[in-house]
Amino acid sequence: MPTKEDLAIAKQMPDAGGHFGQFGGRYVSETLMAALQQLEQTYEKLWRDPQFQAEFDRDLAHYVGRPSPLYHAERLSRELGGAQIYLKREDLNHTGAHKVNNTIGQALLAKFTGKPRVSAETGAGQHGVASATVAARLGLECTVYMGEEDIRRQALNVYRMKLLGAEVVSVKSGTRTLKDAMNEAMRDWVTNVDNTFYIIGTAAGPHPYPKLVRDFQSIIGREARQQCLTQTGKLPDVLIACVGGGSNAIGLFHPFIEDADVRMVGVEAGGYGIETGQHAAPLSAGSRPGVLHGNRTSLMSDEGGQVIGTHSVSAGLDYPGVGPEHAYLKEIGRAEYTAINDDEALHAFRHLTLTEGIMPALESSHAVAEAMKMAPTMDKDQIIVVNLSGRGDKDIHTVAEIDGINF
Amino acid sequence: MSRITESFNNLKSQGRKALIPYVTAGDPEPKVTVPLMHALVESGADIIELGVPFSDPMADGPVIQLACERALLHGTRLIDVLDMVAEFRQTNQTTPVVLMGYLNPIEVMGYAAFADKAKAVGLDGVLTVDLPPEEAHEFNRLMKASDIDVIYLLAPTTEPARVEKICAAGSGYVYYVSVKGVTGSASLDVAEVAEKLNIIRQHTDMPVGVGFGIRDDASARAISEVADGVIVGSVLVNKVAELAGNQALIPEAVAAITASMRQAMDK
Ligand SMILES: Cc1ncc(COP(=O)(O)O)c(C=O)c1O
Repeated sequence: MPTKEDLAIAKQMPDAGGHFGQFGGRYVSETLMAALQQLEQTYEKLWRDPQFQAEFDRDLAHYVGRPSPLYHAERLSRELGGAQIYLKREDLNHTGAHKVNNTIGQALLAKFTGKPRVSAETGAGQHGVASATVAARLGLECTVYMGEEDIRRQALNVYRMKLLGAEVVSVKSGTRTLKDAMNEAMRDWVTNVDNTFYIIGTAAGPHPYPKLVRDFQSIIGREARQQCLTQTGKLPDVLIACVGGGSNAIGLFHPFIEDADVRMVGVEAGGYGIETGQHAAPLSAGSRPGVLHGNRTSLMSDEGGQVIGTHSVSAGLDYPGVGPEHAYLKEIGRAEYTAINDDEALHAFRHLTLTEGIMPALESSHAVAEAMKMAPTMDKDQIIVVNLSGRGDKDIHTVAEIDGINF
Repeated sequence: MSRITESFNNLKSQGRKALIPYVTAGDPEPKVTVPLMHALVESGADIIELGVPFSDPMADGPVIQLACERALLHGTRLIDVLDMVAEFRQTNQTTPVVLMGYLNPIEVMGYAAFADKAKAVGLDGVLTVDLPPEEAHEFNRLMKASDIDVIYLLAPTTEPARVEKICAAGSGYVYYVSVKGVTGSASLDVAEVAEKLNIIRQHTDMPVGVGFGIRDDASARAISEVADGVIVGSVLVNKVAELAGNQALIPEAVAAITASMRQAMDK
């Protein structure tokens, strides 16, 4: 168990070079170094600037619709017979997921740096939609990279992005999913570094991205902490969030890091099962440290250092790495990571829909499934806060396909 | 003195510039690579950059991405590439070989194991695209201990103050990336490159190689007039791809391109 001092240190991470212990850092080709240094300086200055903060808060309130509710899922909790489950309703945000908290923040940075164009990678399409949305609002040109496989399974979001005026580029290299979209977005950035702001979609990538995405997403945890105290008079016992790159999870976790009694559980995509090798759960599978997309982290790569193809029913979790802060929180023993398989997530998707009338994104369904496992083992007066990171509209197509229904 | 430094010194005394071809190891099949390296040397190559295939070549354009995919199809790993260097060294002890690639394969092998093996097979240098000097203290220390030169990239976006820092961390030569973009992208602007090289030379005495965007005899010659080394990759890899179905022709056909560049540079 980490000591109080360890947690105080953890809360202050990363160091000046963007390291979270042995993880993180800035592993990019030289062409991007200047842009990242500039971004870091801009960010450090603006994040402390009251005017920037005020604008960010105003956008979150009036454009995103924050604070998002903390909802007591009473029927679900009663049925499970254990801990009380509270849902942090990021699904109610404008554009339907937590992703927009981050794109609002990064779009403000883009505006202050005067870049006329933004680019983004996307898996489930939620980050792509959130990027296209802020670009439309600020009148910026927007290009979104998306794996061919994800374009197929998230067709609705692709069309949404196009309606929002973004160009969606289909990425046909490698595994044709999020990882490859990210490669292509980095290639775009190297080529257009002078006029483009790269809006990264998760708490990964080279420093300062993991830090700034975390800071923008931490509104989730700050609100949840206060709401839980107000509604129940105490802090939650457990926090649960799904982990793709880890932005919704770190957003929920970070404000609680020094609350040593609050357990933090990150849920990765178990795919067909960790034992099959067909998953996207580097932390749960104990993957060794590796370097991809600008940071050192737990990474699914083979004996020769080649990155392994992943599988998950949910496009947003289908990624072989994880944000470096999660690798660090696992290493110091502050957070735990586990995996939920495709079928368990699909079951949770249906179950939450039927018991609470809330249709979660398949990504978020992984967190719901873990809560459904954990709640019955806990006391009725204990509290689980689940980050309901997004809504499931985008996944209806996937679920229908599994049901053999074709629209 | 390292084989790389010696090579640049010799060229300098002859008033010539280094021709540095890049090919991806194991492309399209492992057995092609060593004969191709020898053919490149015969055509006038001074240093060979051997690409280590990687699943996620983020700094590369489509040509080298596909080369990586072909090489990985036959399972060419870092350890196999090092074995190719050993095989090349059986009959060539003079031409420096530099591995160029991404960090993860080295990270997974372990820096120390890589350094030992690299020294044992007669490797001369390593260029890791996604390992800037800020993250490379341990790496540099181990490579230096094994007498392997660490070659760094400089970019059009690199600030002058940083040029000095990077050159201090590296050895052998520095690699100036002539364009903002991935490998095989837009053609370069020689005047712009010359201007940047002037700045770089104020900060280092190391030879400067220029790569990205050199695609024909004319651009090779133009760059040779301002740089110490001309690095050419995608055009060669493209030729390898064209002949993937007729592999016996690859060494000769690729070497014909470098031979012609050599002539243009020596004119
Ligand atoms: C609704 C939703 N939740 C979670 C994720 C996973 O991302 P992260 O781990 O960065 O929160 C995504 C990504 O697309 C998403 O759309």
